[in-house]
Amino acid sequence: MTVLVEIRGVTKVYHRGRERVEVLHGVDLDIPRGDFVALMGPSGSGKTTLLNLIGGLDTPTGGSIVVQGRRIDRLSGGELAAWRAAHVGFVFQFYNLLPALSAQRNVELPLLLTDLSAAERHRRAQIALTLVGLADRARHRPRELSGGQEQRVAIARAIVSDPTLLVCDEPTGDLDRATADEVLRLIQMLNREHGKTVVMVTHDPKAAEYARRRVHLDKGTMTAEPVSW
Amino acid sequence: MRYLPLLWAGLFRKKTRTILTLLSIVVAFLLFGLLQAVEVAFESGADAADAKRLLTTARYSIIEPLPMSYQRRIEQVPGVIGVAYADWFGAKYQNESNAFPVFAVDPTRYLDMYPEFTISGEQRLAFARTRTGAVAGKRLADRFGWHVGQKLPISSEIHPKTDGSLNWEFDLVGIIDAEDPAVRGNTDMVLINVAYFDEARQSGKGKTGWYIVRVADSTQARGISASIDTLFANSPDETKTQPEKEFAIGFAKQIGDIGALVTRILIAVFFTILILTGNTMAQSIRERIPELAILKTLGFSDGKVTALVLAEAMLMLVLGGGIGMGTAVAAMPALNGSTGGRFPPLFVGAETWLLAAALAAIVALIIGLPPALRANRLKIVDALSGH
Repeated sequence: MTVLVEIRGVTKVYHRGRERVEVLHGVDLDIPRGDFVALMGPSGSGKTTLLNLIGGLDTPTGGSIVVQGRRIDRLSGGELAAWRAAHVGFVFQFYNLLPALSAQRNVELPLLLTDLSAAERHRRAQIALTLVGLADRARHRPRELSGGQEQRVAIARAIVSDPTLLVCDEPTGDLDRATADEVLRLIQMLNREHGKTVVMVTHDPKAAEYARRRVHLDKGTMTAEPVSW
Repeated sequence: MRYLPLLWAGLFRKKTRTILTLLSIVVAFLLFGLLQAVEVAFESGADAADAKRLLTTARYSIIEPLPMSYQRRIEQVPGVIGVAYADWFGAKYQNESNAFPVFAVDPTRYLDMYPEFTISGEQRLAFARTRTGAVAGKRLADRFGWHVGQKLPISSEIHPKTDGSLNWEFDLVGIIDAEDPAVRGNTDMVLINVAYFDEARQSGKGKTGWYIVRVADSTQARGISASIDTLFANSPDETKTQPEKEFAIGFAKQIGDIGALVTRILIAVFFTILILTGNTMAQSIRERIPELAILKTLGFSDGKVTALVLAEAMLMLVLGGGIGMGTAVAAMPALNGSTGGRFPPLFVGAETWLLAAALAAIVALIIGLPPALRANRLKIVDALSGH
């Protein structure tokens, strides 16, 4: 199995006023292509920080992050934005859909950055919505959807440009158990049937059970990496 | 165009607020359109001025008459290629409120001076051949329902006939008009044949009001003006000659500096708009910081997000400005109708549209730039975590 994400000695330091806060202390992690990793740990352990670094939303203070053979920690802001658009899909706890746009338009957003025609963008968004079971809700605004439906629209938006990597930050944190299971089954299906590599931050052990393996962080350090691949 | 739905959705995210802001922009641009039309109308005399035309009046006051015999002498000044004179008649039609300019002129010479006026060859000839002939501006003729061939009874404020009566009668033989709306206001007059007028008036025979002088080369206008004035220096009727444009501007300023007045009103209006829309725009973007962070997360670059915020400001100005200017244009026929032709024709010309577009772009830039820069500097991680 080839390694998709290779993290070596990554540190991340924040400055709050004069205070220096080191969130990650030399993290090493390999994520094979097609893996589904649950990043777990207590609050403040640095799991969301690590996820942000893997997704190219932030840059590390030290160390290296290689994704698909490319050092993303050395990319400029503009290059990183283009890289995210092409390679990463994001799913957040609070869905983060644009409230003024319909589900269809929300899903089409990443495709605005491509050269696709309006008709093709529309067609691909329809396919993504069909895949998450919401083709009949395409014209609905986020406020007209339930939490579970909103999260499925967010997942459709994350996969519409066919990224290699899906990063999910507490994707079920705002959902009830039954709806959370639906969403997790959907993410699992994307991993198993569509080959998406998934990195998911969660503090919920039940959610983590959907992953192929679990990685634990505590105080910015990897504590265990059971290999069940 | 691909970003238009995104811009539109962002703009109308809070409909009531956006509609109220748009209304204020509409009103500002409506005012701009109307006031510019008034300014253009007032300055149309100067705008329509021909650089090759000079005006020679009495040195100290335009109301002082000049001898008609000056015509031949002015013609002999090197560089002069044509001369005509005109005399103020001061007319009323039917009642006191129907006042309009009437000038006593040599038909052929005068019309030769104003090639921008349109009149049929037949009517022009009739005017030259009819001693009691008169031609009227089309707007004036329409206002009073005059038609060619009718008698035109008008009374003069200052010129009695030899029998002491102020009531005159002319034969309307032609209608003058202009294709350029800026010139059309200058045709709101009646021209009468000086041959009959000079013979029939009680006093002032052999005198006229001012001269219109055409020169071959506009760059020589100053020198020729000086030569004309030198010709009559130290005579009982000294002259003052100046380019037509200067004369028209000076004449318009006797009413008031309309341009300065309009500019001051518009500065006040647009300053208010800047504060109002700038505040609304800043508030709107502030509320959407997480949404902008999501756009960046999805791969929109800092530059693209900055451009989107600026484009949203531009869209608001284009919408509000377009509706405002469109309303101003739509209001012109009603406004022109309500003045009954007593005011030069109001219109929104291409220049006013260009000015409006430039103004909209400047306002959009000023109100859009601060939130756009804020969006540019936005850090995804901070914005998503609510910092």
